[in-house]
Amino acid sequence: MAIQPEDDLHSAAFWDGLRRRQVVVGRCLDCRRNFFPHLPSCPRCGGRRVADQVTAGSGTVYSWVRVHRPLSDAPVVAPPYVVATVELDDGCRLFGRIEPQESVAIGLPVCASFVDRGRWTELVFVPGPEQ
Amino acid sequence: MTAAIAGVGYTRFTKESKRSVLDLATEACSSALDDAGMAAREVDGIASFMVMHDSVPCQAVATCLAIPELKVALDIDLGGQAPCYLVWLAATLIDAGAADAIMVFRAMNGRSAARVGTMRFAGMGGQFRYPIGYDAYLMYVAMWGQRFLHETGQGEADLAGVVLNQRQYAMANERAVRRRPLDLDQYLASPMVVDPFRADDCTVEVDGACAVLVTSLDRARDLRQPPAVIASGAYRAGPQPGVDIGDHLLWSDYSRNYTSHLAQGLFGRAGIGPGDVQCAEIYDCFSSTVLIGLEGLGLVERGQSGSFVRDGNTRLDGPLPLNTHGGLLSEGYLHGMNTVAEAVLQVQGRGGTRQAPAHEVCVVTSGAMMDGSALVLTSDR
Repeated sequence: MAIQPEDDLHSAAFWDGLRRRQVVVGRCLDCRRNFFPHLPSCPRCGGRRVADQVTAGSGTVYSWVRVHRPLSDAPVVAPPYVVATVELDDGCRLFGRIEPQESVAIGLPVCASFVDRGRWTELVFVPGPEQ
Repeated sequence: MTAAIAGVGYTRFTKESKRSVLDLATEACSSALDDAGMAAREVDGIASFMVMHDSVPCQAVATCLAIPELKVALDIDLGGQAPCYLVWLAATLIDAGAADAIMVFRAMNGRSAARVGTMRFAGMGGQFRYPIGYDAYLMYVAMWGQRFLHETGQGEADLAGVVLNQRQYAMANERAVRRRPLDLDQYLASPMVVDPFRADDCTVEVDGACAVLVTSLDRARDLRQPPAVIASGAYRAGPQPGVDIGDHLLWSDYSRNYTSHLAQGLFGRAGIGPGDVQCAEIYDCFSSTVLIGLEGLGLVERGQSGSFVRDGNTRLDGPLPLNTHGGLLSEGYLHGMNTVAEAVLQVQGRGGTRQAPAHEVCVVTSGAMMDGSALVLTSDR
């Protein structure tokens, strides 16, 4: 069965953000850097003063995989599909599928798009305007 | 450090053992005792690891081995990062006088029951992976492999080199599960599973168990086999290792894993440099981790690991025999415990037809990504 994300005390800001068509990450108020996933403190400096930060949702592909065979019972889309690690311009990384999957390459500029899937909204990256 | 590995034990590696994990664990531990020539009553410590409770606790094995008194029981919630780490901990505990003989084992019905490769790991990070179909360990290592190949200018021929090198060794290893001959054309003709991996780039899951017996060097010298001296060990998690066993969102450099972080300390404490290593057993749940490990440990220069393997340097007649059992790729996925056991056999000179000619200094690693561990084993010089 396909897994759906369960909002927790840290991740709710991210999932709620996607429902509103926003990519929300964590921000350290001490070292002023963004991070993801949302955590109770900054993973770079350990600062305890953290907040939510809305990003532009644009970035570049740092790495990617193309899944040819389904390894789970019910993937969100049929293979082949591509999942990438995307480096946001606002300074942290997220995982997301790339569509169309044929377009993927390391360094590809991408921007966020949003696909509603009932209880949750999926963040999908699409080739974006040149930075 | 004055501890050594005195014996190794295995069960058969099968697709379906039809036996309990406790039964497998007990057989492998008993076999390691027989190999060393030590009685179970002398064992006073047990250490093991499991993922999502796929194995049995040390106390259960102590009970089945009829061990009179347990002074050390280490059940660690880790995957393939654990084997060298546990041996290293066992050695330090023996050095400190906490115990005299510690059995380190891994047991799993890893093919017919809980399969680590497609397990859904507990933790905060899964919600960002599983719903989007990023849901198997091979995908995570593939994500790193893709970036590694890109940054170092290497490619599928370099992954193939690893696979073919290890298959050649497996053909001489009766324990290995994958022993059919494989050439480059066959490799390249096989379909991708998850780019950049084909099926032969991935480990083959098995049911089975493997154990090694750690004791003081003095005690080991009185036992049946030559001691494999534990010259040095290390565990390392690099900066921002993530929030669960599969989470790598915060790891900055997918082209380098824990081996880059632990190499200097590992070799330094052994009083050697990478150039002194005569044989290597590098953790290989997937082919790319061998290349990343060779470069991370400094055994080969950055970007040169693929050609190093392809040029024959890691064959038995080369300067650095590598994964001489066929690795997890071909011998089978005993989660790296068998990688340690192979290093022991090599250092002891018991490798049979796959014995490295020079085998006084061997390095062995455990783990693929953010954290992991390693040992330097030496002959009793």
